[in-house]
Amino acid sequence: MNLSQTILGVTFENPTVLASGIMGITASSWRFAAKNGAGAITTKSLWLREHKGHPNPTIISTAHWTLNAVGVPDAGPEKAREEIGSFMQDKPVPLIANIIADSVENFAKTAEEILPLKLDFLEVNISCPNVEDEFGKPFACSAPDAARVTKAVKAVSKKTPVFIKLSPNVDNIGAIARACAEAGADGFTAINTVGPGMAIDLRSRMPILANKVGGLSGPGIKPIAVKCIADVYAATDGELPIIGTGGVYTGEDALELILAGASLVGIGTALGERGVDTFAKICEEMQLFCTNEGIDDIADLVGGMHRELASRGQALKKSSSSNIAL
Amino acid sequence: MTQVALQSRLPRTYRIKSIKQETEMVRTFTFDGSLGAKPGQFVMVWLPGVDEVPMSVAEDDGAVTKLTFFAVGDMTKELATRKGGDLVGLRGPFGTFYEWKPGEHIVLVAGGYGAAPMYFVAKETVSHGCTMEVIVGERSKEHLLYLKELESLPHVSLHVATNDGSVGHKGLNTEVLEKLLEACQSKDDGQTEKEGKAPSFAPLELRKGKQKTGKAKSSDAVDQVFACGPEMMLKRVSEITAHYKVPSQLSLERYMKCGYGLCGNCVVDPLGIRLCCEGPVVKNETCVNITEFGKYHRDALGKKHLFGEKT
Repeated sequence: MNLSQTILGVTFENPTVLASGIMGITASSWRFAAKNGAGAITTKSLWLREHKGHPNPTIISTAHWTLNAVGVPDAGPEKAREEIGSFMQDKPVPLIANIIADSVENFAKTAEEILPLKLDFLEVNISCPNVEDEFGKPFACSAPDAARVTKAVKAVSKKTPVFIKLSPNVDNIGAIARACAEAGADGFTAINTVGPGMAIDLRSRMPILANKVGGLSGPGIKPIAVKCIADVYAATDGELPIIGTGGVYTGEDALELILAGASLVGIGTALGERGVDTFAKICEEMQLFCTNEGIDDIADLVGGMHRELASRGQALKKSSSSNIAL
Repeated sequence: MTQVALQSRLPRTYRIKSIKQETEMVRTFTFDGSLGAKPGQFVMVWLPGVDEVPMSVAEDDGAVTKLTFFAVGDMTKELATRKGGDLVGLRGPFGTFYEWKPGEHIVLVAGGYGAAPMYFVAKETVSHGCTMEVIVGERSKEHLLYLKELESLPHVSLHVATNDGSVGHKGLNTEVLEKLLEACQSKDDGQTEKEGKAPSFAPLELRKGKQKTGKAKSSDAVDQVFACGPEMMLKRVSEITAHYKVPSQLSLERYMKCGYGLCGNCVVDPLGIRLCCEGPVVKNETCVNITEFGKYHRDALGKKHLFGEKT
């Protein structure tokens, strides 16, 4: 049973991807994820300049959910060049560089800093819910804003495919995806964390996260991820690849996101519970299910739910056209 | 996912039951209750509205949990102002722990406030029939920690080293370790132990039910070395134990955020292992492959800082 796919000219040995923000600070960490089965790795969000995160506590969990407000710390492009440069020397798996910025112009400038490092995909984080106090509502919450960022990055990205990382915390993720597609996006990552949410310590009566609120992840967000991926896939006629991310713990979770429309599947929070070799475990579990079901190629499953619905005349409605003037 | 039930990843606040002033800068807080921590594991200690930092557990006997801390940073200075009955958040325990077999002869090397977790190890291991050489190192006499507690344990032979010679060996605790392992090795080589050169403190008579075979070249009189303390001390323990071919387990420290393997801040080069999951207690066979060990560490942004550099 074949788990490998070639997407926009890049070959992935398996569909699992280390999600951005998780274990993503150094080349050593990326290699460790690759060694444990990751089909690709995504860097933690890279800024144009050094950016401080939030004080601790920044990540807290129960068996049901994780809240994080790390605040996107980064040491800036010099460190990115050192770490990505080091990874590229032997490059065990494809590298997706995730960038973040506080303005449309700075997204383009950050892309220009990072693109010469010959990464495979550029992932544009317009959807972090943890820096709202600093920067206001994420760009991903408005179709015109999301499209403007996409257009600006595409103007400098040349041949490197640009994936826009979308927020689930919007009324119509399909319309936003369509606006980005019209602005030239090559693919999407869906979804960023949900919420934000909050947790309070009973005795001290204080919010536990230093940032008070944080993005929600963990097994419970998977149904939201599945729905968002399905909407994005339908809104773009399944023409653009999607890195599906959200609540994936098992091979069957991954297959569900793939049926919704994902080509690749991001793994994050699960690593804290199932271990760093969750990638390998998920691949084995996908193999097992597919072999038992007589499925030969993972690519045949991408968007499978949409084809099944269409064959019954029940296809998901495409969201109305965005009609954005850029 | 079974480990989630045992490990708290969400801080809960507990009231400080009692406070002991160990030295001018060091205090021990005792909390009612247990997190199930094993020697070498750490917890994340949260002061609501201030910060959260990792700390080695000084004791968890199933009834109470103790933390011994040095008031050096912003958070720990603030923590030191807390009184009995005040709230402190705890989550954990996290990470690897020291591992031993019953009846082993173990050398513990403790530097600075590393003495606290080393006491926790000593207490547990002696209850498993282990015998112990404990080498405690400090700048000077007034900074020494946990001496009385360590002395009170059976089957523990205590050695003290101070930089200024105010008590015990004048110099580093790693020098005492080296002499001790050297003495064991010369015995194995069938050489006569030279009085005065070999440490007179090696109480091999404390070892029970263990006879040396006499044929091994390595220092098999000592089964293992455990160490906790400043990085440069650990680096030296790593070199010495590798030289004498004695297995060792070292407690390494890096900046941490989550404590359970997600944030990636405590990852070390070039192995990529996370010191909150694959550490903090790391076997020396792995430590010798950590190229940043004794050289640099990373801050909250992931930026490198050389040891000894002012931050």
